[in-house]
Amino acid sequence: MHEVTVNPWVAFAYLVAGVCFILALRGLSSPSTSQRGNRLGMIGMAIAVVTTLATHVPQSMTMTDQVIVDGQAVHAIVFGEAVDWTAALEILAAIGLGAVIGIVTARRIAMTAMPQLVAAFHSLVGLAAVLVGIAAYLNPMAFGIAELVTPLIGQPFAVIHPASRVEMGLGVAIGAITFSGSVIAFLKLNGNMGGKPILLPGRHVLNLTILAAILGLVALFTRDQAPWIFWTITLLSFAIGFLLIVPIGGADMPVVVSMLNSYSGWAAAAMGFTLGNTAMIITGALVGASGAILSYIMCHAMNRSFISVIAGGFGAESGGGGGGAAAASDRPWKRGSAEDAAFLMSQAEQVVIVPGYGMAVAQAQHVLREMADKLKEEGVRVKYAIHPVAGRMPGHMNVLLAEANVPYDEVFELEDINADFAQTDVAFVIGANDVTNPAAKTDKSSPIYGMPVLDVEKAGTVLFIKRSMGGVGYAGVDNELFYRDNTMMLLADAKKMVEEIVKALG
Amino acid sequence: MTFIAILSIFVLACFVGYYVVWSVTPALHTPLMAVTNAISSVIIVGALVAAAAAGSPGAKWLGLAAVTLASVNIFGGFAVTQRMLAMYKKKERPAK
Repeated sequence: MHEVTVNPWVAFAYLVAGVCFILALRGLSSPSTSQRGNRLGMIGMAIAVVTTLATHVPQSMTMTDQVIVDGQAVHAIVFGEAVDWTAALEILAAIGLGAVIGIVTARRIAMTAMPQLVAAFHSLVGLAAVLVGIAAYLNPMAFGIAELVTPLIGQPFAVIHPASRVEMGLGVAIGAITFSGSVIAFLKLNGNMGGKPILLPGRHVLNLTILAAILGLVALFTRDQAPWIFWTITLLSFAIGFLLIVPIGGADMPVVVSMLNSYSGWAAAAMGFTLGNTAMIITGALVGASGAILSYIMCHAMNRSFISVIAGGFGAESGGGGGGAAAASDRPWKRGSAEDAAFLMSQAEQVVIVPGYGMAVAQAQHVLREMADKLKEEGVRVKYAIHPVAGRMPGHMNVLLAEANVPYDEVFELEDINADFAQTDVAFVIGANDVTNPAAKTDKSSPIYGMPVLDVEKAGTVLFIKRSMGGVGYAGVDNELFYRDNTMMLLADAKKMVEEIVKALG
Repeated sequence: MTFIAILSIFVLACFVGYYVVWSVTPALHTPLMAVTNAISSVIIVGALVAAAAAGSPGAKWLGLAAVTLASVNIFGGFAVTQRMLAMYKKKERPAK
């Protein structure tokens, strides 16, 4: 059989690539080392790609033998001496085409659209994994995962090793789930598809049946490498990815994107097993772990169990929020003007800004930074408090603030800033709602009870920017904060209000 | 490589991943996702093997398609990560 990696230096090069990837993630422990980390990641990828290109130069065949794989006649691989330049150029063209598309997309994408972009990229990894899996099935000799068996009568045929069949089956399955799931996540995040969960009757039974069928078929695949089994696994996996994500509501998309990130890693790892490639296995494990941890962090920040997110349906009953809001408007609340807000903040010693996704939707981050600059000129200490689910994906709000030139050492995570609110004169809530609701700490009947929230009510004054008193947050609950004595509601579009405050600050 | 050797690498890498990812600052979770997305495209290795192999035209074209997809991800993923990371700045910059 053809051994894929004979030369120990080749295996060593892949190991170096894997180590580079570990260091790339390690660099992200601090913004100051992160760019060097990213460069190491690029170097690792270059090593892996160049090594593969150098060891798998396409060669023209000098002779062909008919070989039967599952009843289909294919040509046996008999390597000749001559390099097949057409094939080599095709490969380089494919890389170049991808590079152009990738770089142009990366340059043009708006930072608010980052969750969609990541979902789209995940779908590409998933699809690539499926294609590689199919290619490995069609041409197993090239991957060194099969042996030619010559029967007494008839022509020789390739028999794929049983262990490789499991790896291949799982790799294709995970890849297909990643692909169709990411496509749905992309459509939901991009607004091509409503954020509301679509609930099919009996979906849990259906999903579990399909999952069991996939696993059963993978098991069967080890005994029989028949094409129907392979293709059924592939098709069922595409279907299950679709069915799993469709019932999940828009509010849970941060978890879904993290989870699909994890899947794309496991798909790469499974292919790494097939090829016996250390770079792929290390990467797969890293990415798999990364996605799993991010999913955990997101679930924890929303006080939801992973199972309940996967089960879906959250946010379906958000229509019920209207009744609560109507009853709530009877309660007294205070309204403030931009001038009041400007005065309060300019007199403060410390102001903590609590941004939410509403701020990004209103494109208010740049004028917000302007406001913070004005306040700093007046000698006010300005900090930003970020809830883990403030954006549409983990860390999204930090990127949006960084884009608006907010220095990262003024931005604090929930657990680092919560103790600070008691010593804060003004908390400025812009575009956030549920993550500031004190009911999460006190009201056991609230749907968001137990969710970690920012203790903004402990500040001297809370300034809360909101379009109107009618609407409710994502979770569909009224916010206790609006009716507190120390809360002043600033009812306006977030961007307009901040612009007016900037004007009032002079 | 034997299966157990590969499995050992995989299991140890899972532990490395676990500790390395927990040490990533939450402020950089979005770049983390973008870069993990880029590196998971190391699957291009498999695509290149398929694209370079003679013998099955179907497998070759699937390989080429996979090379293109993974290449979009690699270049796009690293470029967008770089773009994001370049925005993170410390305090001592001049105002505006």
